[in-house]
Amino acid sequence: MNERPILIQGGRVIDPSRNLDDTLDVLLADGKVAAVGRGLGAPDGAVRIGAQGLVVCPGLIDLHVHLREPGGEHKETIQTGAHAAVAGGFTAVCAMPNTDPPVDDPAAVGFVVAEGIRAGYARVYPVGAISVGQKGERLTEIGEMVDAGAVAITDDGYPVSDAGLMRLALEYAQTFGIPVASHCEERSLSKGGSMNEGAISTRLGLQGIPNAAEDIMIARDLILAELTNGRLHIQHVSTRRGVAMIREAKARGVRVTAEATPHHFTLTDEAVDGYRTEAKVNPPLRSAEDRAAVIEGVADGTLDVIATDHAPHHYDEKEQAFDDAPFGLVGLETALGLAITELVRPGVISLPTLIERMSCAPARAFQLPGGTLAPGSPADVTIFDPDEEWVVDPTTFVSKSRNTPFAGRRLYGRAVVTVVGGRIVWERRQLRQ
Amino acid sequence: MSEPARQLLMDQRAVERALARMAREIVERNEGTQNLVLLGIQRRGIPLAERIAMEIERAEGERPPVGSLDITLYRDDLMAIGPRPIVGETRLPPGGIDGRVVVIVDDVAYTGRTARAALDELTDFGRPARIYFCVLVDRGGRELPIQPDIVGRTVEAQSGQRVEVLVPELDGRLAVELRLADEGAA
Amino acid sequence: MSEVAPYLGKDLVGLQQLSAEQIRAILDTAEPFKEISERPIKKVPVLRGKTIVNLFFEASTRTRISFEFAEKRLSADTVNITASASSVVKGETLVDTARNLEAMRIDMVVIRHSASGAAQFLADRIRSNVVNAGDGRHEHPTQALLDMLTIRDHLGRIEGVKVCIVGDILHSRVARSNLWGLTKLGAEVAVCGPRTLLPADIEETGVHVFSRIEEAIEWAEVLNVLRLQLERMQAGYVPSLREYNRVFGVTRERLERAPRDLLILHPGPMNRGVEIDSDVADGPHSVILDQVTNGVAVRMAVLYLLAGGAPERVEAAKQAPSGE
Repeated sequence: MNERPILIQGGRVIDPSRNLDDTLDVLLADGKVAAVGRGLGAPDGAVRIGAQGLVVCPGLIDLHVHLREPGGEHKETIQTGAHAAVAGGFTAVCAMPNTDPPVDDPAAVGFVVAEGIRAGYARVYPVGAISVGQKGERLTEIGEMVDAGAVAITDDGYPVSDAGLMRLALEYAQTFGIPVASHCEERSLSKGGSMNEGAISTRLGLQGIPNAAEDIMIARDLILAELTNGRLHIQHVSTRRGVAMIREAKARGVRVTAEATPHHFTLTDEAVDGYRTEAKVNPPLRSAEDRAAVIEGVADGTLDVIATDHAPHHYDEKEQAFDDAPFGLVGLETALGLAITELVRPGVISLPTLIERMSCAPARAFQLPGGTLAPGSPADVTIFDPDEEWVVDPTTFVSKSRNTPFAGRRLYGRAVVTVVGGRIVWERRQLRQ
Repeated sequence: MSEPARQLLMDQRAVERALARMAREIVERNEGTQNLVLLGIQRRGIPLAERIAMEIERAEGERPPVGSLDITLYRDDLMAIGPRPIVGETRLPPGGIDGRVVVIVDDVAYTGRTARAALDELTDFGRPARIYFCVLVDRGGRELPIQPDIVGRTVEAQSGQRVEVLVPELDGRLAVELRLADEGAA
Repeated sequence: MSEVAPYLGKDLVGLQQLSAEQIRAILDTAEPFKEISERPIKKVPVLRGKTIVNLFFEASTRTRISFEFAEKRLSADTVNITASASSVVKGETLVDTARNLEAMRIDMVVIRHSASGAAQFLADRIRSNVVNAGDGRHEHPTQALLDMLTIRDHLGRIEGVKVCIVGDILHSRVARSNLWGLTKLGAEVAVCGPRTLLPADIEETGVHVFSRIEEAIEWAEVLNVLRLQLERMQAGYVPSLREYNRVFGVTRERLERAPRDLLILHPGPMNRGVEIDSDVADGPHSVILDQVTNGVAVRMAVLYLLAGGAPERVEAAKQAPSGE
């Protein structure tokens, strides 16, 4: 497949991996970045894209999405999820293994890889399960899954409660150079809970999930990472103590990376008031202090990565009594706008830092290609308008699902063109010249 | 203001004289005070019933029992959607109303709907031997075929006007006034 | 020109959303309704022609019967749907149930459900009035209203009265509704129970917290004693019923040491010998049966006040196409 070369002209090129922030041209050819520089000439037959006033950066990477296939195709498929990803400016996503059946063997990993390629939108990297059937009993064939294309392992959704098994996973995964991603939740403390434990859960009469349920597991996993010297990736950190413990562990030299989600840095448990199931998510939306700590963690780099935890659900699954509705919300198409609106515009982080958190750091954490515009790297490029003002309208989502608490919210910043492997896979505005 | 907002129809003396005459008429019709029960309709019917009972006692030496009737829950406009009227107390005298002569006392007879509601409500309490309907003022304008038996004063009032009976217990004085309907309620 | 009661809204979901004025209006309206139950014909035509569905997804004989009496005494046509007979077991969702009820053009729904928020969920989706007869741990507004009416009957006021709610506050919708209602009417509210059965951040609601029943009895004028569900012991919140009775049981010996006579309320059904001893439940200070009588009057008042409907809803109904 020979794509025409693409010359992206006159945009503000931000590539934190090379400390670049300047008005430059980017030339993509043969699926790779060919050159970044001033006044680049267009080769024969090249597509020219005028990017004046827009930001051109290495493609955004989301380390945490649920694409629901196999088994949950009424919520999302690999095809619709990868399509939603490029609509949100992501050129690569990491698919969690809690499907039905779970991705816990090389064949299932191969299926996700193949479906991702067939979809032809964002790159889809499978994350394999830690334990067979995500039952928390014995390790999966991690080596074979890695050979089949798995980039990490996790039992996301069904956290590993057995500390011994978690230790083995952190040790065994080192053999293959992949990180262990952990959804930190002590089930005996969160059981039956459906929102953050606090004054609002008391008022609504809903069982709360205390911060301690998350803190205890973060503490355990940090200690195990230190014990094993394994690579730990903590998913969707939502608590102030969790942020503090990760900060401290990093200072001690523990090999840990961590995620912040747009919903945890944007909302608090007040969003649940009125029994709004769109805001039911696990870990739950926490207090204002926790939200502030997550923002601070993103700012100082304790939380290396912004990841969405994109968790699509069919509308009638959310149209239930709060306790009966499933956890999760979709995030791929709102993440960039929320990050710019909540973090960049108020001055918490700069645009280059945002790109570091959404592209470079994720690539490093899971050792994925991309996250840079260095010549020779994959031609995965996101072009976004940091000032575009828009209102979230779930009916226009590319994702199959619409479960978002952000409907009607005014955001700034939106992906305009997404290029994956040198191919234009998303074009909100016609920029070709 | 070209015309007065309110006009005095009956002063205290006039009301007292009318009530005394109504008391006499009740006793005459009943040929005495035996079996008599007065039921005042919430709210201004109650003090009027008390006054009539006092007049009867003065003349006959015996005071008929007085009760109160709140007809709110029997109103025929409750089906309409809107704010709910406050419900008052209904208190029948001991012995009830079965086989007795009941005099319903209200301040003003107008559309007849209140009397209709009162009759329906009384039916749910028992079966009186006779029911009289007694009002201080009949202003006309009936919408139902119900007429008062005993009337203190008949007044010709326009539909835009309101006849207001004032009682000391609620209003500080005893009088009857004619007001423009859109003037604020007392 | 009759005076009108303040507007309650389309639904009664909880006391947390009501103002003191609205709560007082319900209690005041309940007063004349008490007398109706004493009449030879215990019926007034106020809800004639209105259809009310009692939608009980959770077994509750006494609340359902109390609502049914209230509805019948107001001349409404009532239909009871209980969980065992309903389509819930067949997997029909709450939203489908709501739509079906709407399609049958009912006027009011009284709902009891095990999920917190179920009443609000229904209220948001149908035009009929919705009355919450208990949703999960959230609220049970009519129970709290009848508790308050009973306190007012006996003490003549609610403002300044010291009420302690005793027992499983964590799982109790009755406790929550009482807490909001009593606080709004100016009562001083305390809770007493094992720390495992008190909600997180209970102090933030402004109540006193007593760990020992003796201290609560010394402080309070009214004790509202909650039922201890057997499941709580099975789930490990309290080690044993025996210990619960020893430590938190409302007993005659404890009450005799109180500096004043206490009013004893219990929303029922009682576990005699666990949270309350029989000689207290049947004793001179127990007003438990008055609560039951007041329950019917309060529910009549609520139904009467809600039946007026919302002005904006009238407009919406006029504009909505009749066929949906």
